[in-house]
Amino acid sequence: MLKKWSSRPYVLWSIIFIVVPLVMIIGYSITIKDPITGKLVLSLENFNRFLSPIFIRVFIDSIILAMASTILCLIIGFPVALVLSSMKKSNQNFFLFLLIVPMWMNFLLRTYALRLILGNNGLINKFLTVINFPNIQLLYNELAIMIGMVYNFLPFMILPIYTVLVKIDPLLLDAARDLGADNRRVFTKVILPLSFPGVIAGITMVFMPAMSSFVIPSLLGGNKINLIGNIIEEQFVRMGNWHFGSAVSIILILFILLSMGVMNRYDQQEGENIIW
Amino acid sequence: MKRKLVFVLLFSIILVLSGCSNDEKVVLNVFNWGDYIEPSVLESFTEETGIEVNYETYPSNEDMYLKIKSGGTQYDVIFPSDYMLEKMAKEDLLEKIDLTKIPNFEHIGEDFKNPKYDLNNDYSVPYTWGTVGIMYNTEMVDETVDSWDILWDEKYAGQILMYDSQRDSMMVALKKLGYSMNTKNIDELNEARDLLIEQKPIVLAYAGDDGKGMIEQGEAAMFVTYSGDAMEIIDSYDHIEYALPKEGTNIWYDCLAIPKNSENIEAAHEFINYMSRPDIALKNFEYLLYSTANVTALESIDKAYLEMDAINPDISKLDNSEVFRDPGTFIEEFNRVWTEVKAAN
Amino acid sequence: MVKKMIKNIYLGLILIFLYSPIIVLMVFSFNNSKSTSVWSGFTIQWYIELFKDRMIMKSLYYTLTIAITSTIISTLVGVISAFGIFYMGSFKKKIMLNINNLPVLNPDIVTGVAMMSLFVFLKNLTGLRFGFITLLIAHITFSIPFVILSILPKLKQMPKDIWDAAIDLGAKPTVAFIKVILPEIKPGIITGALIAFTMSIDDFVISYFTTGSGVTNLSITIFSMARRGINPKINALSTLMFITIMLLIIFINKRQKRESLKIMEVEK
Repeated sequence: MLKKWSSRPYVLWSIIFIVVPLVMIIGYSITIKDPITGKLVLSLENFNRFLSPIFIRVFIDSIILAMASTILCLIIGFPVALVLSSMKKSNQNFFLFLLIVPMWMNFLLRTYALRLILGNNGLINKFLTVINFPNIQLLYNELAIMIGMVYNFLPFMILPIYTVLVKIDPLLLDAARDLGADNRRVFTKVILPLSFPGVIAGITMVFMPAMSSFVIPSLLGGNKINLIGNIIEEQFVRMGNWHFGSAVSIILILFILLSMGVMNRYDQQEGENIIW
Repeated sequence: MKRKLVFVLLFSIILVLSGCSNDEKVVLNVFNWGDYIEPSVLESFTEETGIEVNYETYPSNEDMYLKIKSGGTQYDVIFPSDYMLEKMAKEDLLEKIDLTKIPNFEHIGEDFKNPKYDLNNDYSVPYTWGTVGIMYNTEMVDETVDSWDILWDEKYAGQILMYDSQRDSMMVALKKLGYSMNTKNIDELNEARDLLIEQKPIVLAYAGDDGKGMIEQGEAAMFVTYSGDAMEIIDSYDHIEYALPKEGTNIWYDCLAIPKNSENIEAAHEFINYMSRPDIALKNFEYLLYSTANVTALESIDKAYLEMDAINPDISKLDNSEVFRDPGTFIEEFNRVWTEVKAAN
Repeated sequence: MVKKMIKNIYLGLILIFLYSPIIVLMVFSFNNSKSTSVWSGFTIQWYIELFKDRMIMKSLYYTLTIAITSTIISTLVGVISAFGIFYMGSFKKKIMLNINNLPVLNPDIVTGVAMMSLFVFLKNLTGLRFGFITLLIAHITFSIPFVILSILPKLKQMPKDIWDAAIDLGAKPTVAFIKVILPEIKPGIITGALIAFTMSIDDFVISYFTTGSGVTNLSITIFSMARRGINPKINALSTLMFITIMLLIIFINKRQKRESLKIMEVEK
């Protein structure tokens, strides 16, 4: 049957190109080079090493920053998706493209340009000086990293939410209004719950890369704030320690999969136990 | 709709097929740092020798090492720095160079022949070289800059940029303490670490090439950087200078080398020979503004450049300076210390 | 009326936020110095030098080819796979979804290095060289998950029994898929394709580790300039790309509007 066979090619592909590399990474994470013989031995040493205060703190910092950026993207992006979906049909596709085209410009270039805008002598601070406001430190700190993340991930939050909002049956909204609901209740009791699949897809596409990003913390955080992505990159490239790098990656993967799993519970219960 | 789809599919198949190469002529795979060669040099090489060039780039020695080590792609010419060359030679990742096939080697300065990191030039021919120093804004720093100490000066808090590199930052701290940058003494290393952690609160950022822009804009007063990198800025602005600290610094060399599984060793030698031709070396120098190891080429450059520390430093200023040596397994200690510096608050 | 103004102002602010760095980088493509931080006068020299630089043009060629090809393939595969996964049994579905998430949540460096290792292994087995094919495979692998992630919400949003209803009414499965499912998920397909294209055009790490034989893309070329500083030729190239894309979008939009006006006229 079509249903059964349509996913088979991808299942095969993903086994070769996703699962097999994953198994390799797992293999690296549970081995270390014996310092004496130089041979590879099975060991949980890599995971042990991660359980030190330095790395735990980096991990928690990364979670907080990624969550904050994701929430910001959601708060800023949801209204955009809403406005977009209520536009004239002929304008919607145009605006969709407008939102995503900036992302087609090279990432490094955009980030360098961001620094010209955020720096102490940058556009924003120059403007603040003109209107006699005090300058804000918008570069080389956590705020800069968050701005960078929101800048780079916002469209990936807006797009999935928009695709769901656009197909919400307007008759449903009319029915709700006819039954006496005011605009606010129409939003919270009808639109919001129905948008959940899109919201979850959006959070997925933002939180996950935010957790593992390393270029943004590096360029905008001045390399002073180490996030888990930086640690992993360092281990693989600069320190050549694939074993420890893999272990940290596995921990990251497990954590994210778990949190995604928890979030998906809300999805199952849409229409039933929404906490609003 | 369907017709459009078929058209698009056909179009993309044509694109894909045209991307497949034919492997009849000699093709040389050159792997270099980004923007590290005068663009027309590759074309003129092909014109004169008939050898096609596949050109790929990498952002750092470590990235290059990873690709070569994995054995995935065949490269014929690479541009490792001194310590990386030493490491790769040790790990048998390089092909020996036959100097008889590189007659232009005679144009390389005597100071660059038979370097410590590659005795007898078994594996490499020098390309560029330079120092690590402090690039600073004379309008923001009104004293003489001649020591690493100034990077720890509270007066410049929030205006100091260190280079985001383990070896270079550790080098600065070790030199300031009067130790060798190639030390294998854990106590000295730990002292350097503590010094860097002490400095962290007044450091604006650990920058890469973006540091140059920060100096230009006046966002920072000083930046630890490579001489070649600094040249463009120093050359363009009167108020930005380059200083070599008296405690000594790192002298670095970038070279041309041939990876072990090259399939075009002859052509690789030809390329290295071509790059060592004085007129080509001159072309590269004028594009990069990085000091060249080719002394014959040096004779033709603008005399004003020879006065600059960033291009042609006085030998006396380099008394305490050293070249990086591959620390072998001791690198683990450097790694540990650097991780602790980065993680500290 | 006020509501409409607020909506427009908000949209406007978002667009300013997204586009100001773009405008900055475009301005610096005309800078009369190699700096991308300080303005020193107007020139078009970088545009001239850009066209003389064969390497950059080659990178552009490969960037576009890989992006378009990988987007098309991953969208096609993604659509039918999302459909298949959606109708899987609960256990299998969970596993496939988690596997599907892996390329998205894995740090680039891990995916890149792991795929490089896989390709080395394949190379020793089959002689497959690093180059266009390996690069394409890598791009498809990290693009398909995004397509699936974009389409799944639309599938969830579909009326539950629409498939069964179509089959009951006598439609063959393929017909039901094309005529019933596809229209329902169309916005998801478009979004998925857009995101896949975006991911491909801007990827550095994974591309760096999975390419060879002189096949390089713009991201690799640009990131490799990390030590030397980004040459304003790149700004010039990005400016040209941006203007081309904007013109294309405006042109397509005008055509669409004209066509829908025509349809409205006919209906009258």
